[in-house]
Amino acid sequence: MAKGILKVKAKAAGGKTKVKMMAKHIMESGQRKDKKTGELIPALFLQNIMVKLADKTVFEANLGPAISKNPYLSFSFEGGAKGDEMVITWTENSGKTATETAKIK
Amino acid sequence: MSLHRRTVIKAIATGGALVGASVLMPKLAFAAWNKSAFEAKDQTAAMKALLGAENAENSSEVTLKAPDIAENGAVVPVTVSSTLADVESMSVFIQDNPSPLAAEFMIPAGTAANVATRVRMGKTSKVTAVVKAGGKLYSASKEVKVTIGGCGG
Repeated sequence: MAKGILKVKAKAAGGKTKVKMMAKHIMESGQRKDKKTGELIPALFLQNIMVKLADKTVFEANLGPAISKNPYLSFSFEGGAKGDEMVITWTENSGKTATETAKIK
Repeated sequence: MSLHRRTVIKAIATGGALVGASVLMPKLAFAAWNKSAFEAKDQTAAMKALLGAENAENSSEVTLKAPDIAENGAVVPVTVSSTLADVESMSVFIQDNPSPLAAEFMIPAGTAANVATRVRMGKTSKVTAVVKAGGKLYSASKEVKVTIGGCGG
């Protein structure tokens, strides 16, 4: 598996898990012009991020190119314990997809 | 180990299935990336394509946290939260962006209706959070002033 682009901090406390994550991604909006050629740079962005815990989806985001470079997301859900592993799948608009895992602390 | 591997493969397969479904049947796949909504050029059209309605009821139970003035339009922190019950999804629209729909968050049962992210804004615009709860739409908006746009460059 290629090196992950996600940085995830998940903390379980009081029966809830709080997640903060950041993906290292350019999130090219498709609006910018190449300074040399004057042509538009095609859009390249993460369009879907799905977070699962024990095969249950706990969070899903559909993103557009209006999300900032290196997208940051924070959310929380009930359940999850220290040591549990979350499975996070991201999909780019190019169709590229990957799955990464992160442990809850 | 083998079990873990199976889980991973399954997750990949599900992800792939979703992408396929979004091309073939956007209506059936609840969580698929809605192309027409994300590419719509005005907010009404985007809302209609994504949520099936053009208007959402203004509600005090929806909270949109965003700065009054964003110095850098490329990174505007936005937090959407709601105290409504049965929240299904939350979306963020930026009215004057080239494509107003910025993001849609699915909130499964058990997940808090409170999501924070960062968005790009081309210029000063009204930002609207639309929450779908119990089949109805509720919204909250806020005007965010942008001093340096984050879309062109």
